[in-house]
Amino acid sequence: MSTSGIPKTYKLFIAGKFPRSESGRITEVRSAQGEFLANASRASRKDFRNSVVAARKAAAGWAKASSYLKGQILYRIAEVLDGRSEQFVKELGARGFSQKKAEADVAEAVDLLVHYAGWTDKYQALFSSVNPVASAHFNFSVPQPSGLVGIIAPRSGSLAALVSAIAPALLGGNALVVLAAQDALSAISFAEVLVSSDVPAGVVNLLTAQRAELVPEFVKHMDVNAVLLCSDDVDERKNAEWQSAENLKRLSLHPDRALARSPYHILDFQEIKTTWHPIGV
Amino acid sequence: MSANDFLAGGFAPAPESSDHFTIKKNYDLYIGGKWTQAAKRFQTSNPATGEVISEVALAGTKEVNLAVKAARKAYDEVWSKMPASERGKYLFRIARLLQERAREFAVTETIDGGKPIRESRDVDVPLAAAHFFYHAGWADKLEYAFPGAKVGPLGVVAQVIPWNFPLLMAAWKIAPALACGNTVVLKPAETTPLTALKLAELFDDAGLPPGVVNIITGAGETGQALVEHPDVNKVAFTGSTAVGKAIRRSVAGTGKKFTLELGGKAANIIFEDAALNEAVEGIVNGIFFNQGHVCCAGSRLFVQESIASQVIKKLQKRMQTLIVGNPLDKNTDIGAINSAEQLQRIKSLVKAGQAEGACLWQAAGGLPRKGNWFKPTLFTDCAQSHRIVQEEIFGPVLAIQTFRTPQEALSKANNTPYGLSGGVWTDKGSKAFKMTTGLNAGVVWANTFNKFDPSSPFGGFKESGIGREGGIHGLSAYCQISH
Repeated sequence: MSTSGIPKTYKLFIAGKFPRSESGRITEVRSAQGEFLANASRASRKDFRNSVVAARKAAAGWAKASSYLKGQILYRIAEVLDGRSEQFVKELGARGFSQKKAEADVAEAVDLLVHYAGWTDKYQALFSSVNPVASAHFNFSVPQPSGLVGIIAPRSGSLAALVSAIAPALLGGNALVVLAAQDALSAISFAEVLVSSDVPAGVVNLLTAQRAELVPEFVKHMDVNAVLLCSDDVDERKNAEWQSAENLKRLSLHPDRALARSPYHILDFQEIKTTWHPIGV
Repeated sequence: MSANDFLAGGFAPAPESSDHFTIKKNYDLYIGGKWTQAAKRFQTSNPATGEVISEVALAGTKEVNLAVKAARKAYDEVWSKMPASERGKYLFRIARLLQERAREFAVTETIDGGKPIRESRDVDVPLAAAHFFYHAGWADKLEYAFPGAKVGPLGVVAQVIPWNFPLLMAAWKIAPALACGNTVVLKPAETTPLTALKLAELFDDAGLPPGVVNIITGAGETGQALVEHPDVNKVAFTGSTAVGKAIRRSVAGTGKKFTLELGGKAANIIFEDAALNEAVEGIVNGIFFNQGHVCCAGSRLFVQESIASQVIKKLQKRMQTLIVGNPLDKNTDIGAINSAEQLQRIKSLVKAGQAEGACLWQAAGGLPRKGNWFKPTLFTDCAQSHRIVQEEIFGPVLAIQTFRTPQEALSKANNTPYGLSGGVWTDKGSKAFKMTTGLNAGVVWANTFNKFDPSSPFGGFKESGIGREGGIHGLSAYCQISH
């Protein structure tokens, strides 16, 4: 990519660190013109399991972080991303995006983050209820994060698509393991943005891997509470549904493209909890 | 100390009368508004006496097909075209009719299922009517439930319900489905079909258009054929986690929507600062309500160490006063175990509890000779690994453990694949909120237990299910939401 500078080594993002795959495997990534760009790490099943451990460790703390703080962190991601937009435009360009399309994609990613930053302290009010039960009880229902969410991002390599899949689950207080496309160099660069935006270590873990190898691991893992699968592949969707049954994982199926802005995507990774308490003296 | 110490001599029998209505000797399937015969039939009996009450039709594949076809026709031609406010009127009418025939439904429920008449009369039937009344009002207001989204019905809904709250579960399933504009095929449980069939009579009386609700009786195979029917748009199931997982697999790749309300192993946590007498009542209600045949039963008791012996003594004293016997008697606290099969399951898990080293205690006193019965039972010296702590018993059996700190209570309570419900007893508000927030469960009762209301969403985290029923949150289970 850079002829005069220092080419970057693209690695995985697990527990706030950038390790290579424990398997030692890489995938060569070339530009649309065939020029060598990088050796992307090819995450293994073990890398995935390590990511789950890291995410589980981080989940409780992130769930507990105040909505105000989560909002500021999401906004911070937007700030840092915007500051580095040139780098992302360049990376996307190398992967075949036209200059115009790349610029629009990065701008959309920034806008999405700003949009969702504003949801962190509002979706609860929208999706909560005080329930007028017939007995003398105070009764209310509120959303709580699902916990550990696997995100199988759209394949397109679009940064905005990746952000559209990550942001709703993240702002909802979940810890994430994200599977980006094998050649999604910008996804790994996005992890660098996360690191410098005060997202606590382990809250987002990001892997580049061969999809067919890791999707079954995401949906089968007993310590993953929910999965977003962006896919148009009928068999992949069906198998994921089947394999997710063992721990009754919440599986959200979405077409293989960016998710439209909607607070209902936040709700996909929330559990409604209802609390009763008697009223009396 | 003898059984029922202060009740020496016991109460005089006070049976609820059952001569003011009839349970027919034979019931067919309710399909397309008509009573339809099936090739095979099976019997339903009174678990308190073993006597056969009635013979009902066994729906096979052919009848399942007929029922789904009738539901589809009613959806296409009538129900989906009807103004929402008119849909609502039917539901209001059904609620009223059910209130009018409440005593008949309560007695039938108790005869068919074994639960105490006090519960069927005061809980099951009134709540069932309330569910229809509550959802009736939603029919023409659904767009307000989903801000910024478009909402519509799903189509034909397949519903399979359990034997522990037969009528209430039917209401719980049918009312929101109809309010949201869907048509229904419902399969009641094999051992408790009667109140659902009486509900069909009531739909007729309400003038509900033919095919809007179809009720087909049968066993597991009938349910499976219904769930797997290709023309069903949504599956709603309440029952065991094992069957729930099988249903999850069977809808894979079909595009069918589904909600599952499955098993539980609720923790009921008592702190030393709790009002102990109330807490003991809550423990008793938590585990012995409906013979413990309750998915959200408080089957694991966690008592703070400092008060453990005191609480257990109070609990045992209270358990001595529980009256086990004729479910139709208005004084009865604990009725019959629903089926011989369920009794066997309870016995084998209790045996496992003893074999694994937990210490068993049962209230003194005898049990009726005929029918299926199990004494209120508690286990002390339980370990997290014991089967009676890990597995759902679905009977009047309580496993007691102790804890020292709130954190310990939470980690023990959450150490289960289930996450349906939980309870916390403390006089400290901030502690109550810490615990209710920390419990990974869909319904949490603080200083109360086993309370239900149609406006209050119900449903589990983790392997206790997917989706909610009741309240504004339960509506999404029966709606197509576009956003």
